[in-house]
Amino acid sequence: MKALSLSKLNKLYASGVHALRDVDLVVNEGEFFGLLGPNGAGKSTIIGIISSLVRKTRGHVEVFGYSIDREPWQAKSLLGLVPQEFNFNSFETVSQIILNQAGFYGITRRAAHQRAEQYLTELGLWSRRNSVSRTLSGGMKRRLMIARALVHHPRLLILDEPTAGVDIEVRRSMWDFLRRINTEGTTIILSTHYLEEAESLCRNIAIIDQGQIIENTDVRSLLRKLTAQSFLLDIDGRLTDAPELRDFHVVPVDESCLEVEVRSDQSLNELFARLAERNVQVVSMKNKSNRLEELFIRMLERPSATHRKPAQVEKTA
Amino acid sequence: MRSTAVYPGYARQTLIALRTIAWKETHRYLRIWLQTLLPPAITMTLYFVIFGNLIGPRIGPMSGHKYIEFIVPGVIMMSVITNAYMNVVSSFFGAKFQRHIEEILVSPTPNYTILVGYLAGGVGRGLLTGLIVTSISMAFTHIHIQHPLITISVAFLTALLFSLGGFINGIFARKFDDISIVPTFILTPLTYLGGVFYSIELLPGVWRELSLANPILYMVNAFRYGFLGESDIPIQTAYSIIIVFIIISVCLSLYLLRRGVGLRT
Ligand SMILES: Nc1ncnc2c1ncn2[C@@H]1O[C@H](COP(=O)(O)OP(=O)(O)OP(=O)(O)O)[C@@H](O)[C@H]1O
Ligand SMILES: [Mg+2]
Repeated sequence: MKALSLSKLNKLYASGVHALRDVDLVVNEGEFFGLLGPNGAGKSTIIGIISSLVRKTRGHVEVFGYSIDREPWQAKSLLGLVPQEFNFNSFETVSQIILNQAGFYGITRRAAHQRAEQYLTELGLWSRRNSVSRTLSGGMKRRLMIARALVHHPRLLILDEPTAGVDIEVRRSMWDFLRRINTEGTTIILSTHYLEEAESLCRNIAIIDQGQIIENTDVRSLLRKLTAQSFLLDIDGRLTDAPELRDFHVVPVDESCLEVEVRSDQSLNELFARLAERNVQVVSMKNKSNRLEELFIRMLERPSATHRKPAQVEKTA
Repeated sequence: MRSTAVYPGYARQTLIALRTIAWKETHRYLRIWLQTLLPPAITMTLYFVIFGNLIGPRIGPMSGHKYIEFIVPGVIMMSVITNAYMNVVSSFFGAKFQRHIEEILVSPTPNYTILVGYLAGGVGRGLLTGLIVTSISMAFTHIHIQHPLITISVAFLTALLFSLGGFINGIFARKFDDISIVPTFILTPLTYLGGVFYSIELLPGVWRELSLANPILYMVNAFRYGFLGESDIPIQTAYSIIIVFIIISVCLSLYLLRRGVGLRT
């Protein structure tokens, strides 16, 4: 079953910005789907259209087979939204916000109280239930929006950068929480700038750039497209010159650190053999950036960016 | 929303959502009573003291009634109008400004439910203020209400109409200034010129004709008829005018909500 289907989605803002161009996207039930793209790519516009806060210029949107134009009541009932920007009443308390939200979805007061307790506890906000929302910290506000989005048990949960500005510990507990509700059956679409987050949570991802989907695949095959990876090697002793290694591109970062690019047809064993030939002792080694991040950066490199390396990503059919 | 009424859960969702919005709106003006309920009580007390007690006796009777008796219905109506309007316009614009209106827009709540929920807040505050001002007026004069049913129905319909006005204003408002333009430049002048403090019979020909184009005149007079059994205009005309304006405003509000004017980009 398709949890979400977008076809030929276009958005032309009144300002003249063509934010989406013929976006087609399918997210199947049960998926944990990542929506990635640089600032201004159109992620929030897509999410806004699905949740009916943004009017589409053209195209179709279906949520579990219900058209948002013809069957909005059903489509909206199945959807939970965590927006990018805080949008709750800053004068209301945490529990009022959750209870009202439950009311908007037709949940009885009694059930609403139970669910509020459940989600506020799971998201670590129960002790703050009587706090006025504007007195919460940024990370707490993010969690409040997640609790609010779940109170009507949506089958599709869309989160627009839910972990922005959240500390690492809380972020990881949010990941565990989202993983769990996904395993329990909620389809999740996550937009994020943290590629580590996408790599760790999502099975499938779409990359959107300038209003177009430029990649839509599962994370594994996407990573396979990474034709080269850069590693940082800390070495024992000091270097005066970067060693010449046959078949490898080496750039010194400083006198005790080298950056080496390894193509996917080369092995790390080869690299270490070459280093050994040159008597270079490696103390430690790490990826220069998260693998998905590297791929992402390479994909989004534009021809106009002249001094960057040419994109080393295989063309996909 | 088309063709959704047959789905299971629709009626229940709509009713609970309506109750939620209406209660949220009511709770809002009760919580900030210092800003919502107290000021009209103070202002209207001053009107009664100054126009009723101090100046009133010098003015003498108006349409056959003591001056204070003449102005009481108008002053009550004035507070109903202003408070119904201000409640909806400030609450709805505030929800837009803080963006928490999105909570409702994203939910399956139908547009008419959103509208009725907000109107419930406006009508509630308008009538409650009217009741407060009526109680205060008792301290200054004793009026025996001639037609209670007319009094209550006119107050209700007027509160409804001005709540709708506030809603439409709230939809179009883009900044805080926009919510005070209509009350300052339209509502207040029309109310003062709507026969709150004088009978239009006192006006010279042209001005009297012009006054008849002011819809608030009909509401004030119908309400006064309920209180004193005395009116400058026929009561049926007043009801018809109020009801026609209500129907037009409801249609316009629903149309604007459906188009997402001021709400969806
Ligand atoms: N209300 C609006 N009016 C006009 N243009 C808009 C509006 N909202 C967004 N845009 C434009 O549409 C484009 C896509 O914006 P959008 O917010 O969808 O990007 P995004 O991918 O969510 O970016 P970010 O990662 O920064 O949140 C941008 O060029 C943006 O300036
Ligand atoms: Mg965004």
